[in-house]
Amino acid sequence: MISIISPYKIFFSKVGSMQNSLRQFSCHTLALIFCLFGTPLHAALDIEIFGGGASQIPIAIVPFAAEERLTQGVTAVVKSDLQRSGLFRMVDSDGSAPHEPSEIVYPNWQMRGANALVIGTTRILPNGQIEVRYRLMDVARQEILISDMETVSVKQLRAVAHRMADNIYEKLTGDVGVFSTRIAYVVKQGKKYALQVADADGFNARTAIEYTQPIISLAWSPDGTKIAYVSFENKKPVIHVQTLATGARKAVAKFRGSNSAPAWSPDGKKLAVVLSKKGGSQIFLINSDGSGLKRLTRSSGIDTEPNFSPDGKSIIFTSDRGGSPQIYQMPVTGSASGVAERLTFEGSYNVSPQYRHDGRSFTFIHRNGSKFNVAIQDLETRQVQLLTDSLFDESPSFAPNGKIILYATEIKGRGILAAVSSDGRTRQRLSIQKGDIREPEWGPLPKWRRK
Amino acid sequence: MKKILSIVLVVLLSACASKTTKPGGEGGSQADKGAMSGESASGGATGNPLTDPNNILSKRSVYFDFDKYVVKEKYNSMVLSHARYLRENSNASIRLEGNADERGSREYNLALGQRRADSVKRVMTLAGTQESQIESVSYGEEKPRAVGHNEAAWDENRRADIRYQGE
Repeated sequence: MISIISPYKIFFSKVGSMQNSLRQFSCHTLALIFCLFGTPLHAALDIEIFGGGASQIPIAIVPFAAEERLTQGVTAVVKSDLQRSGLFRMVDSDGSAPHEPSEIVYPNWQMRGANALVIGTTRILPNGQIEVRYRLMDVARQEILISDMETVSVKQLRAVAHRMADNIYEKLTGDVGVFSTRIAYVVKQGKKYALQVADADGFNARTAIEYTQPIISLAWSPDGTKIAYVSFENKKPVIHVQTLATGARKAVAKFRGSNSAPAWSPDGKKLAVVLSKKGGSQIFLINSDGSGLKRLTRSSGIDTEPNFSPDGKSIIFTSDRGGSPQIYQMPVTGSASGVAERLTFEGSYNVSPQYRHDGRSFTFIHRNGSKFNVAIQDLETRQVQLLTDSLFDESPSFAPNGKIILYATEIKGRGILAAVSSDGRTRQRLSIQKGDIREPEWGPLPKWRRK
Repeated sequence: MKKILSIVLVVLLSACASKTTKPGGEGGSQADKGAMSGESASGGATGNPLTDPNNILSKRSVYFDFDKYVVKEKYNSMVLSHARYLRENSNASIRLEGNADERGSREYNLALGQRRADSVKRVMTLAGTQESQIESVSYGEEKPRAVGHNEAAWDENRRADIRYQGE
């Protein structure tokens, strides 16, 4: 592994108790409150960033040669991606504009405090496609860390920038980048409810379906091609599965009573669902096409919000079988699984669990007095960490690298989305100009990014 | 069956006693229905008892305490009137729609609304109504009747509604 990473890992552990005062310092002095406005036609979400760890990797990103001639810039997208992760601090180029390694004057960059440098070129080819070349440089060692090139259509320039950001992020932090992923959410405007899918940075929002009745409980299929959701268009909750590319949809659970809380198995073949057909709200398993039906819980209480573990062997869920809503875990066995292990013991209201991608922890909503906050619990140590302190947080959803949690919250009575890093250090607010936004769900890694 | 009938009788009688001066009586006629609601009997020709504001059958909502789904005693006569209407009109069917206030998880609130609808259903089926005439569903917090973010709005939204087919 490249040495540029290690100084920062040592730095992180030394920061420790200085974290709080350093964080305050950064909040007050640095321009970390930062609005990202895309061209109004394309950006559905405005992103503001609050707070941030003091221990960020200082990186300089120099606009690429001839980039100003393109209708869609590339370096601005990379910058905002890296900044949004909370792990990078942008260093100003101060007028320097190297595009090739031979043009770099390393001492200048060291003086500016940059540890990493991104340079590149763009070229419009005779067929109208754009050739993008870039290099990631280690300033201290004066070495090339990444050298890459892509030729794409103009429409794919944002995607190229996101891939670059992913590669830079991975090289410098050692973790999988999520800049090429998508998010889904519901927007309520007046009497209309729209299920929208956007890039993780809020751009290219597209309406997958729109109703005059509520839509809740979105669930991405593991391969990212479909979304399951609950709609009330039939005057009662019914589960639909919709294929994003075609818009084709199917009602997969429309049993007598209510049908809700769909959750995909990791192999994409089954859905755990909550049905009231046998009385109460109980968890069942069906095939993803709606066929087959197997009952999983048999309590006289409320069992809901199932979520499969990444290895497909367990299901975490909310149940009030003990007298108050708490989080339990059970095996996905063939026989009636009466055995469920209680996981949460703090407070009287713990709901909406979702496993992290590595199955080692889960995020959930914890009621703390009159506040509903995002929390995370380690499955082995049972330790709980509260990550937010707002009033009405809901629907926490992990990014596929487990580093960020997307959730719904409220500002002045209006629903917005927000994100918090899984260590609680960085927070972001995503708001749209109109409407009430809720029920976010982070999509999976694109196929070519999965390890 | 006889035992249930006598329990129902007692409940109805006590409800009637508190409402009217006329003694209520069990029976199968329209006149009794009118007596139970404490008003003059609605004749067959005039209007639908389900929508007649003078008839208890036009009352359709049961309200619940926070995090609770037990049908409070004060709603028994109303719920049992509907149960009786269904027993006497086997072609009629209802949907019980449970609701919850906005606080907390949407899916948990959907389940809470479901429990409220199921509770009302149980009162009716125990009174002899056919289960096939009742579908209980939930809207959770998704279709609030009161849109405020305060106790008054939350009280109003913790509710199960009775809706007849065709309405």
